Amino acid sequence: MPLYHDEDQAMLADTATSFMADQGNIKDQLRHWRDRDCPDGFGHGLWKQMAEMGFTGMLVGEDDGGLGMGHVEAGIVLEEIGRNLTPSPFLTSSVLAATALKHGSNDLKGRYLPGLIEGDSVFAVAIDETPKHRPSRITTKAEKSGNGFKLSGSKSFVIQGASADMLVVAARTSGSDEDEDGITLFAVPKDAANMSHDSVRLVDSSVATHTKFDGVELDGDAVIGEVDGGREVLNAMLTAGRIGAAAEGVGVASGAMDITVDYLKQRKQFGKLIGEFQALQHRASHLYSEVEIARAAVIKAQQLLDGGSEKAELMSSVAKAKVAKTAGLAVKEGVQMHGGVGMTDEYDIGLYMKRDRALQEFLGDAYFHANRVAEMSGY
Amino acid sequence: MSDLETFREETRSWLEANCPAEMREPVRDEEDIYWGGRRATFKSDAQKAWFEACVAKGYTVPAWPKEYGGAGLSPAEAKVLRQEMTRIKARIPLSSFGIWMLGPALLHFGTEEQKKHFLSQIARGEIRWCQGYSEPGSGSDLVSLQTFGEDKGDHWVVNGQKVWTSYADQADWIFCLVRTDKENKYKGITFMLFDTASEGCSTKPIKLISGSSPFCETFMEDVKVPKSYGEGIPAYVGEINRGWDVAKYLLGHEREMISGADGGNTGTVGSAMSRHASKAGDELDPVLRAELAMFDVDALAYGAMGEKFLDEIKVGKAHPAQPNMMKYAGTELNKRRHELMMTAGGSRSLEWDSEETSGGKPSRGWLRTKANSIEGGTSEVMLNVISKRILDLPGS
Repeated sequence: MPLYHDEDQAMLADTATSFMADQGNIKDQLRHWRDRDCPDGFGHGLWKQMAEMGFTGMLVGEDDGGLGMGHVEAGIVLEEIGRNLTPSPFLTSSVLAATALKHGSNDLKGRYLPGLIEGDSVFAVAIDETPKHRPSRITTKAEKSGNGFKLSGSKSFVIQGASADMLVVAARTSGSDEDEDGITLFAVPKDAANMSHDSVRLVDSSVATHTKFDGVELDGDAVIGEVDGGREVLNAMLTAGRIGAAAEGVGVASGAMDITVDYLKQRKQFGKLIGEFQALQHRASHLYSEVEIARAAVIKAQQLLDGGSEKAELMSSVAKAKVAKTAGLAVKEGVQMHGGVGMTDEYDIGLYMKRDRALQEFLGDAYFHANRVAEMSGY
Repeated sequence: MSDLETFREETRSWLEANCPAEMREPVRDEEDIYWGGRRATFKSDAQKAWFEACVAKGYTVPAWPKEYGGAGLSPAEAKVLRQEMTRIKARIPLSSFGIWMLGPALLHFGTEEQKKHFLSQIARGEIRWCQGYSEPGSGSDLVSLQTFGEDKGDHWVVNGQKVWTSYADQADWIFCLVRTDKENKYKGITFMLFDTASEGCSTKPIKLISGSSPFCETFMEDVKVPKSYGEGIPAYVGEINRGWDVAKYLLGHEREMISGADGGNTGTVGSAMSRHASKAGDELDPVLRAELAMFDVDALAYGAMGEKFLDEIKVGKAHPAQPNMMKYAGTELNKRRHELMMTAGGSRSLEWDSEETSGGKPSRGWLRTKANSIEGGTSEVMLNVISKRILDLPGS
């Protein structure tokens, strides 16, 4: 398959580009909700509109009422979300949770997927337990209790945790903290007793929770996939989520680059447009080159995942690491090239810097993923 | 089965039958590369057999039309062939500046007779070409070149000096940028083709820091170049005085080639260096391991970029200035690769002519890569071109 969008994908890209620019733009979404101190950190109205566009259920299989599209398509929407810094539950709900639910029972699918497809429900994922992403170590416990389980432990960096109608929680049902096996994934409904959220606003104005499970009683049918066999589902979810986060990061990088290059063509100093200075031209051109390469790594990872290739996991880490470095470069160069106004809240470039920071951390930073690349390459 | 899958099956069995085992081993030295030409000799029977099988099948230039010695493969088929050759680690049957550089220029600008004449020679490896672009005073500012061809009616008399002419001492013919109008900087250059055995044409190899001499100086003293080599076969590509158009077009191909977009610059180093270290009873420093890992991320990402670039260029989706970006990124990556390999190799990689290092392969290879970001347009020139043609920055 050639490494560019086919005709249908190009059409979707056109649609997503204009939709997100019109409806999901920085002024009407990110700044709007931020300035109102919105406890969700995103707008439900836009989520509903995204459902009408067919976006929310695009990864859900056609048999389950979705569009049965792939990660190239989801990535198209995510790149536009990134470019517009659109606060949205798309990545966690439509990519991560939707991927987990593919492994769920028909009962679970029936319970949660219609709400996702309609844009009425929002899902969160609760994986991390420490400030750095370490999914190999899961200490949150789910002990057998009657016909179900009793969940205890705590999770952090649960994006939109308090707004979610359901949380996908990775917990240990057997073995010790570092074991590969013995993990089970649960779909925990929002009204579960003994679950509490401590909401925190993050640097990018998104809202995440530290979530405590203090003996949360769950029915056996809350299990996603097999008891003790959750690692496989978790890995599938992580790979999809990382490739999705990388796609969003490419949007952040290229959005930051575009407004910076525009600024170089407008700002005058020493009687010249600053874009005439070779010192800036070369840095902008280097950035362009990095963004192009990052985008290529992402579409390669998406195609490998959609094609069911065993190389998808390696490429997911390549993409996540490459994008983290590239978007980091884009926002740092962006602020510096904007000069003083780059430090002001009025200009958007600083918002890109803040979003990038949060996105780098989500599902593993460049170092985490470079280390995985080394491990998967046998060193 | 789709046509492409059928083609893959056929290609696999053809390669199985025609590519000798010896031709699937890594290239160890210069003699393992077959360049063709009037003075060429084969290193082994296997090299000869592989070359001849490819010529017969049109696989020295698989994407060229059949009438010019190619196999007429579609872009998708050419990609399959490349993948299948990579899979069995088949060597390139014929390396040639004729294939990589002059060929594309002739395919684009040449007359029908020129194509039949020169392209077929190139496909059969009969003539080895070299490139006469740079001059001592015209490097990055190539268009300032001074080598002059005086118009004598049916021929030119060429005087001047070229530099960095790759393998000119072994080449048969040269494609050469010659000024034919001193008044017109851009529209005063002609893209000439002539025999380096012509009277007054001489070459002198340049010794590089790597110890080898892949480049030459080429001197032209009153070299007589006829304007035509027969009916419909002018001795120049494109039009007289419009050679700069051809040169610019060709530089795109050269940059693409040096960029390693076709897989040359995608290799990772971490696992190999780690194996080397443990073979030597050592292990990688954790910080070096981390650098190797960051490099491997970049190399694998660039590999995807190379694939995307080639896919896009085939259907006209790539930005016309994108080869400059590929050249910049690919060569900088390759320099970094060799720096890391030298570091990971430790004192062993310093050895200049020991048997263990196959004659200083690591150190000489490392030094050679320093030219990557200079030849064919420096990294700085590439960044200038990206600024101007892609980012549309002012005043560049």
